[in-house]
Amino acid sequence: MLLQVNIPIPKDIPLPLPLPEWLLVILLVISFLLHIIFINLMVGGSLVTLWAQIKGLKNKDYDTFAHEVAKTITVNKSIAVVLGVAPLLSINTLYTIYFYSANALTGFAWIMIIPLVTIAFLLTYLHKYTWDSLEKNKQLHIGIIASAVAIFLFIPLIFLTNVNLMMFPEKWAEVQGFLSALMLPNVLPRYFEFIGACIAVTGIFIVWYNSRKNYPVEQIYSSFTRYELKKIGYSIGILGLSLQILFGLIVLFTLPSKGISYSVIAVMGGAGSFLALALWFSYQSLISEADKIDTHLKKIIFSVLAFMVFYGGSRQMYRHNSLYKHQELVAFHTAEFQKLSKEARENPTEEKPELQVDESLGEYAKGAAIFNQYCAACHKPKEKLVGPPVTEMSSIYANNVDGLKNWIKAPGKKRPDYPQMPGFPQLSEEELNELSKYILSVKN
Amino acid sequence: MKQERKTKFPALFFLGVEVSPLRYLYFKNLKVMDFPMFHLDWLNDRVLIAIIAILHVFINHSLAVGFIPYIVWLEQKGVKNASKDQVTDLEWDNFIYQKMKVAFIITTTIGAMSGVGIWFSAALISPASIGSLIRVFYLAWFIEWIVFVTEVILILIYFLTWKNSNVSLKSKLKHIKFGWYLSIFSWITMAIIVAILGFMMDPGNWNNQHSLINGVTNPIYLPQLLFRTPTAMLVAGVVGMLLTTLFTSKDSEMRNKAIKYAGQWILGWLPLSILGAIYYWNVMPEAMKANMATAVGSIEFAQYYDLLKYFIVGAAFLSVILALFAWIKPQQIRFAHVVIPCLFVFGFLGIFERVREFIRKPYVIGNYMYSNLLRKEDYPLYKKDGILPYMTYTSVTEITEENKILAGRDIFMNTCSRCHTANPNGVNSIVYVFERMYGFGKPLDENSMKAYIPNMHNGRTYMPPFPGNKKELDALVAYIKNIQQTGESLEGVQTTGIKVNPKNNASLIAEKMEKAKKEQEKQLTQK
Repeated sequence: MLLQVNIPIPKDIPLPLPLPEWLLVILLVISFLLHIIFINLMVGGSLVTLWAQIKGLKNKDYDTFAHEVAKTITVNKSIAVVLGVAPLLSINTLYTIYFYSANALTGFAWIMIIPLVTIAFLLTYLHKYTWDSLEKNKQLHIGIIASAVAIFLFIPLIFLTNVNLMMFPEKWAEVQGFLSALMLPNVLPRYFEFIGACIAVTGIFIVWYNSRKNYPVEQIYSSFTRYELKKIGYSIGILGLSLQILFGLIVLFTLPSKGISYSVIAVMGGAGSFLALALWFSYQSLISEADKIDTHLKKIIFSVLAFMVFYGGSRQMYRHNSLYKHQELVAFHTAEFQKLSKEARENPTEEKPELQVDESLGEYAKGAAIFNQYCAACHKPKEKLVGPPVTEMSSIYANNVDGLKNWIKAPGKKRPDYPQMPGFPQLSEEELNELSKYILSVKN
Repeated sequence: MKQERKTKFPALFFLGVEVSPLRYLYFKNLKVMDFPMFHLDWLNDRVLIAIIAILHVFINHSLAVGFIPYIVWLEQKGVKNASKDQVTDLEWDNFIYQKMKVAFIITTTIGAMSGVGIWFSAALISPASIGSLIRVFYLAWFIEWIVFVTEVILILIYFLTWKNSNVSLKSKLKHIKFGWYLSIFSWITMAIIVAILGFMMDPGNWNNQHSLINGVTNPIYLPQLLFRTPTAMLVAGVVGMLLTTLFTSKDSEMRNKAIKYAGQWILGWLPLSILGAIYYWNVMPEAMKANMATAVGSIEFAQYYDLLKYFIVGAAFLSVILALFAWIKPQQIRFAHVVIPCLFVFGFLGIFERVREFIRKPYVIGNYMYSNLLRKEDYPLYKKDGILPYMTYTSVTEITEENKILAGRDIFMNTCSRCHTANPNGVNSIVYVFERMYGFGKPLDENSMKAYIPNMHNGRTYMPPFPGNKKELDALVAYIKNIQQTGESLEGVQTTGIKVNPKNNASLIAEKMEKAKKEQEKQLTQK
């Protein structure tokens, strides 16, 4: 009871969903997976580049390897960004109040994503295009990619904090800014699982990249062979997959119980078994002979993709379970409000604020009332307020009613020391007549 | 106990998504929303969106939509001017490639991220309106997304295969052809976005018909597209010339040639751009006036509109001079000569967007949602009961003498903060706008403000009407007076967090819902 007092029940948008909910969910999950694969390659690729370049200080071939991976980052990052728009649109549509509320509560961090990622992107280009010119300044050159890596490692924290916070409206009132939202349970384990995924996907990508027939390994490297490069790829993949399994288990055990159900556990378990399968095949590939190193590649790719579909699916199920009850309350609250709004619309208590006509003013009563409603905020009878006093108007337009009426409808600017007056084209001819009659009646 | 009926979509069985009748109701009959308010009390929330959006427009027009055809045209010139035994003039080709590299790097970093930034900032500052627009335009934006993905992939291929295509004439010509396809795609992305922009400003149709066709048939769609297309080309030509002055050494023959071509390019597009601008300039106020009595009639609009006129004339004039000079005496053109027209055409583009935004006022979605994010149709309810009882995030629901200023602050946050800052030094601060009327440095008079606020939308047609009741008006005025005295600023939820309205919390609503359910069941059994 005490807890519930702090759970907000906002009202939602009055417009129907553009597509059936199930279709939106499918679009969200699939487009997000596409997006995240390229994000994995971008983050993992920059991590691997940094590592290989440092190793390259001693072994030139590692430096070449780093350069080859670096060339893929800038391409993958462009695709990653543009692919991110569809899942963003879909989550905005499906979970409008939840997602936007989380965005606002972590607002500064959320908007900082834009400049930070822009800087990281520029750094990756700078790094790629200064490979030769900074040959003599390796520390500086490595520093550039290290800064990009630092940003790439920070950004996922903001995203994960947001998609986590949106599932727990009961925490919204406790949160004050990004850091406190970051500390909610489950964000950090998910983050490390994600970093593992970046490394794993990049490792497998490196294997594929180096097994392309038209890729001239012999011309690029002085001593590395295709076989060795693939072994590096598998090793990276194995490291990433192991991290994923380790932190995946922690994710499972630290999930807040709210959204857990048997089916969530089952699907997550399925996801985990695909990971284990990918790890097993990667290990088999790593220890195999040169001519057999490619035999498991397709199986590994399939297992990782299957993992992603299962894991993405389980996250969506968890989200659904977490928000289900809250969405019902929101629906009820929204419908209630709608009813009230409709009633109020159909039985307006007061039409426009009625003119306060003071009949004692006789023939000027109506004009005075109009004056009070439209003009009194800026004009006083005898002194300057925002505009000149009424007495000035009555002396200027004493014999020129039409001039006064035209001015009220569409004023110009004639006094340098006064702000310009807004026009009142909405006043009817009759109202203008009454108003000018009143204005011209005010004399010193 | 009655079991709640649940149906499962077969396709979603796997994801475990269940759809109950209430849930169906939730998605069918959603009304009004309220969000925690992100707020920047110095910069002003709108300025944040404006900075990001204008940056995006600059890059999009000058380095994508207009720039790619310009580059492809120049790449083609290289092939034409090459000697018989060469595929292309290699020195020239490399120079054009360098120009494309600049555009490529900027568009795929700042350009792409500022595009995403528009979504991010709109979500923070204007969640209710962007949320509504997405519900209506989901498919349009989805199509836009597919075109956009294609565009980015084409750009990557075009740029990354440039050098390899130089091996034979056949592959070079294929590369150039590819460049033209890319130009078409980047133009299509703009054509779709203009339709979406057009629709948002078509108030009459928002409540009846939600489709992109309305966007395209909007009276300012065609003028806007006819204006934007050649203007993008024009801006790209000026930026291209600027890059030439940076990349080439003085008096080199290549530089003179490139400057000359840029001059020809500008002169070619300029008449169309001017015609487009005149067409647009003439058609816009009429088209908008016919639709709604809004900000278009106001003095402020007239001032912006005049400024736009000067910028159109100025930018056109400077471009003509620059282009003629570039054509006749290319060797005399220096960076400094190009930079001023360049700033002018950017300024022109910026003011153009500002005017287009201003037209919407006092609505953010024509005749449907005011720029304070409150929907027009809920105003009678707010007028009757006040807005505070219906806000999700406020600590005050009953206004008393003690909590008046606190209440005023929550009212300000929910009704004014999208356009005004509280901090007296902030951009468009509420204290500043009142002092501008009643005198700077003078203590604000509560009675005058109370007389002004309920009527402000009559005189200043770009302002939405004040939605609250009498007591709330008093509280708001007391708060404004208080910030004038104390200079206190207003923090958004990103630092303060939220307070849940005690009348709208989960336990109360859950109780109400249970009651309503029981009521319903009773009625069912009675039948």
